[in-house]
Amino acid sequence: MSKIKTLILRAPGTNCDVETAFAFQQAGATTSLVHIGKLICHEEQLCDYQIMVIPGGFTYGDDISAGKVLANELRLKLGEDIEKFMDKGGLILGICNGFQVLVKAGILPGSLQTGQPMLTLMTNDSGKFECRWVYLSVSKESPCVFTKGIELMYLPVAHAEGKVVADPAILPKLNVVLYYTDESGNRKVGYPYNPNGSIANIAGICDASGRVFALMPHPERCIRDTQHPQWTRQKPGKYENGFQIFLNAVRWAQSL
Amino acid sequence: MLYRVEIWLKNNLQDVRGLSLVKDIYDLGITTISNSRVADIYWLDADLEPHDLALICHSLLADPVAQEVRCGTTSGDKGKIGLNCHIVEVAYNAGVTDPVEDTIKKAVLDLGIRKVKGVKTARRYLIEGQLDEYQLETICNRLLVNPIIQHRVTVEPKIFPVSPQYEFKLKNISILDADEVGLAEIGRRFGFTNDELRAITNYFSCQGRNPTDAELETLAQTWSEHCVHKTFKSRIKFGDMAIDNLLESTIMKATEELNKPWCLSVFKDNAGVIDFDGRWALCFKVETHNHPSAIEPYGGASTGIGGAVRDVLGTGLGAKPILNTDVFCFGPPDFSYDKLPRGVLHPRRVFKGVRAGVADYANRLGIPTLNGAILFDEQYIANPLVFCGTLGLLPKDLSQRGQQKPGDLVVLAGGRTGRDGVHGVTFASEPLTAESVTVSYSAVQIGNPIVEKRLIDVILQARERGLYSRITDCGGGGLSSAVGEMAAETGVRVYLDRVPLKYAGLSYTEIWISESQERMILAVPTDNIEELLTLFAAEGVEATVIGEFTNDRRLQLFYQENLVCDLSMEFLHKGRPEIEKEAVWKQPQYTEPEFAQPQDLGKDLLQILASWNVCSKEWVIRQYDHEVQGTSVLKPLVGENNDGPGDAAIIKPILDSDMGVIVSNGINHKYGKISPYWMAASAVDEALRQIIAVGGNLKKVALLDNFSWGDTNQPDILGALALAAQACYDMAIIYGTPFISGKDSLNNEFELEGKIISIPHTLLISAIGVMEDVNRAISMDFKQAGDLIYIVGTTQNELGGSEYFKTHGFIGNRVPKVNPQLAKEMMDKLSKATEKGLVRACHDLSEGGLGVALAEMAFAGGLGATVYLEHIPLGEPIKRDDFILFSESNSRFLVEVMPENKTEFEEIMNTANSATIGQVTDAKMLEIYGMNGRKVMAESIGELKRAWQKPLCW
Repeated sequence: MSKIKTLILRAPGTNCDVETAFAFQQAGATTSLVHIGKLICHEEQLCDYQIMVIPGGFTYGDDISAGKVLANELRLKLGEDIEKFMDKGGLILGICNGFQVLVKAGILPGSLQTGQPMLTLMTNDSGKFECRWVYLSVSKESPCVFTKGIELMYLPVAHAEGKVVADPAILPKLNVVLYYTDESGNRKVGYPYNPNGSIANIAGICDASGRVFALMPHPERCIRDTQHPQWTRQKPGKYENGFQIFLNAVRWAQSL
Repeated sequence: MLYRVEIWLKNNLQDVRGLSLVKDIYDLGITTISNSRVADIYWLDADLEPHDLALICHSLLADPVAQEVRCGTTSGDKGKIGLNCHIVEVAYNAGVTDPVEDTIKKAVLDLGIRKVKGVKTARRYLIEGQLDEYQLETICNRLLVNPIIQHRVTVEPKIFPVSPQYEFKLKNISILDADEVGLAEIGRRFGFTNDELRAITNYFSCQGRNPTDAELETLAQTWSEHCVHKTFKSRIKFGDMAIDNLLESTIMKATEELNKPWCLSVFKDNAGVIDFDGRWALCFKVETHNHPSAIEPYGGASTGIGGAVRDVLGTGLGAKPILNTDVFCFGPPDFSYDKLPRGVLHPRRVFKGVRAGVADYANRLGIPTLNGAILFDEQYIANPLVFCGTLGLLPKDLSQRGQQKPGDLVVLAGGRTGRDGVHGVTFASEPLTAESVTVSYSAVQIGNPIVEKRLIDVILQARERGLYSRITDCGGGGLSSAVGEMAAETGVRVYLDRVPLKYAGLSYTEIWISESQERMILAVPTDNIEELLTLFAAEGVEATVIGEFTNDRRLQLFYQENLVCDLSMEFLHKGRPEIEKEAVWKQPQYTEPEFAQPQDLGKDLLQILASWNVCSKEWVIRQYDHEVQGTSVLKPLVGENNDGPGDAAIIKPILDSDMGVIVSNGINHKYGKISPYWMAASAVDEALRQIIAVGGNLKKVALLDNFSWGDTNQPDILGALALAAQACYDMAIIYGTPFISGKDSLNNEFELEGKIISIPHTLLISAIGVMEDVNRAISMDFKQAGDLIYIVGTTQNELGGSEYFKTHGFIGNRVPKVNPQLAKEMMDKLSKATEKGLVRACHDLSEGGLGVALAEMAFAGGLGATVYLEHIPLGEPIKRDDFILFSESNSRFLVEVMPENKTEFEEIMNTANSATIGQVTDAKMLEIYGMNGRKVMAESIGELKRAWQKPLCW
């Protein structure tokens, strides 16, 4: 079987591209770091890939608001390519800044999007950049293909604008994949368990197909034991549970 | 046409910036504010159709879910607009480059709109509550406006002033025919000493002409303290001793004598380079950015980290920045506003600004900040210290500085050149005054990290393709230093009118000495130039050929075909007359403390834990991204709840290899008040202890020195410098740890009404150690009840400069010393024990001594401990429990060992200087028994932790 090809999108200010590519390589995929300029001038074709990732970073400095400028660029310059890519069964993963981009480009929450956007990401309630580890529970009803078989996760977040703000009316229709919880999976918790004040403790969402998934935490930063903050306390352990997300994505793409 | 777009958060949403402003105002003692909201203002200079304007507002500037837009052409109300409602609008001063402008212009083009010529941003603050004019003024001055870069908008603003055009006119400076007064004036203007001025006059009289201003500026920059470290290289008369070159006779000498084969490039490039694993090399550099941070903390500190990163990018043939370390020294955050000297920003504001400046820049570059320290002292009030360091990774075979050939092109890449930082170098080398704030504005600028990030990305690609023959960064002194130094062996011709400018109006000299950030210089063979320019264009990085290297060893600058500078490289780099300085040292004597031992030492421990120097820095650490790049192995915060103070950081820079790098630092200015020699020795010991504590060893450890000192024209201050440098040599030789690079920042003092306030002598030692296997790493938190607690290293009656004495109002005289032979022996044994997996937790003893270290290990691990002071190996008789508990003797560790490993651990340690002193318990109490068996402390670890976390819980 030929290897799954993953496109890691780069734009000015992208900064988690290398470790995200490494996670996909470990999961058995091949990866290319592709500058957005190359897609726009069609030097590279999105449809040559099975997975596209918008990694973490501060694209265009997060000037105006986080991810906004890249979001417009995707929407205005690559909208059709992305639509074709999705029609073909492609997977899209947005991590941190990638979440902000996908939402502001209107690619997420997806088919819910009726004219006016109803969801966005804003400055954390603490007013601060937050680099800390968070407990996450995976919604059982979620159609997300990236999180199959995962129930709980412990991953780091590192962002200043990760608070999901949404019209409460759309909440029941949202495909929420990840919630911030406490150690025991309890969802009714506040700061710092919910590091940003997200409505309903939302940490990640997907579209109706489950093939477009975005989350604020960084799974690529927890793919080996020694990345886990507790690894010096209890060894040996199985700590690399961010890795399952990449493995799931590659397996799904292979099954097509 | 001018448009003004105002973006407000929707009313139903919490305005975080507004809330934080309310809190800051409250901290000023103004308690009448009920609410505050903050709006972003965008001024657009454009000719727009209404639908274009609507598109920009709704599809770009405002978030449709969360924000509202108001659009108009004037700025509307200002000042007091209702009974209890005030509006303050703050804009950048003309000439300050708005960092957001370029992004917005690009984004507007993406929307298909081409008619926007200029964009400026501003902030509008709505403050609700009763305020008089004076209070509003206080809020503006202390929180909202820094006059260096901003102003409060009161009348209709001139947002887009037209830049005046520059008309070329060659400026000669009459030096040959100047009288004494005239010469002195020239000396002052360019910062030359009399000897330097004489050498320059001689040179130009041989040339038979007067110098141009560009020539004198070039000499001033190249010969500045910042660029050549002339004090460190000067001839120093120190008592009966004559030191020919302090740097060469101490710090560099240690490296030379140790002659480690793994030192690949030391003291010659922008950073020191050592071998990592035979295939890769590490380079490391720490810079200071003190004076700019004093007057504009945010901008000064962000350009500080930006510069350190570019040093690494400009080392060898270019390294990837993989870790940052930041060390700050501030005045105490609770310093009284009333006592604050005129022209000085409050330490709390300096702290917040510096923190934000470094974090915003480093986070955007995607470099993890994993290590650092923050120290506080009233002597830093007017002159804070900001040390920013970066670790880089590069292929070993590209680790040597490149060498261009005559004919290679000079390529300037990255940001555009403006008037930023003109005279920054000479400013950094002179003392600050109250007027610094008004006269030095051009020395400070706002960085643009994304320009630097693009530069890093594209340079690493160009390096892979071998497109350039040499690289260096444009730092202090701008092009004049970067190009002048690079071309020392060849010669160069530069066409200054080809340099891309941010705005018109710069003279040829301003272009040449501008310190605009985010610029690098490459030497590119003509055969590669097309490929290089294409690559840079594809990544959106401006790159321009501005000249070519020659073989005539001359520095020739042209502006519109006029020769404006023609200097021989020989004179520029070797013509500077050596300076001679005098040093003395007189041991200061402080009052020997006299107070009885307190009955309950718990209170003292709580007080020390809550001191500014010891308390938790989590508030700062979590605002840095310390996980990006996915390399962290030991993070800055460790333990059960990820909130204990880790000793050193460990990263695994190659994702598929288990080899690691340990990064640590040692600094304690308080010892320097007693003895600069032992302060330096302690700093080296502390940096090395931390490496050992996390599971490293001394086999491959390299050091950096960063001296921040007062005015070294004062013989006693220079004497202190010489002593500290000597200690660096003495320690490095015995520990076997060479220095690979360093930096000094002198003249850190502040003149106030004729009185000089100097900083305390401050030496930062930064260390990197190579770790064979990161799986051997150890964190400092206690792991399990029942484990044994060992102390390794002897305790002396050494509380001079200690936190304990400070809490009792004393400095004392018995400063902690170092016995490096003994210390090394013990460190080597401890490394052996950790390598064998016998150590479960290890923490080094520093500020606050045994008491603080025990408390930290306990609350980080969520476990208690019972400890008996009578078992502690003493290096000299000490009668008092409090002295034993809080002595800050160097070279000591606390080690947790499982009972079943007791024998093996003791066999390896095999010394009377190590002993088991107690046990880890699950009682969640720290209990300490004194020499006579009496309980001297019993505190819950929850209490201890709360005390430690509270001060910086902002």
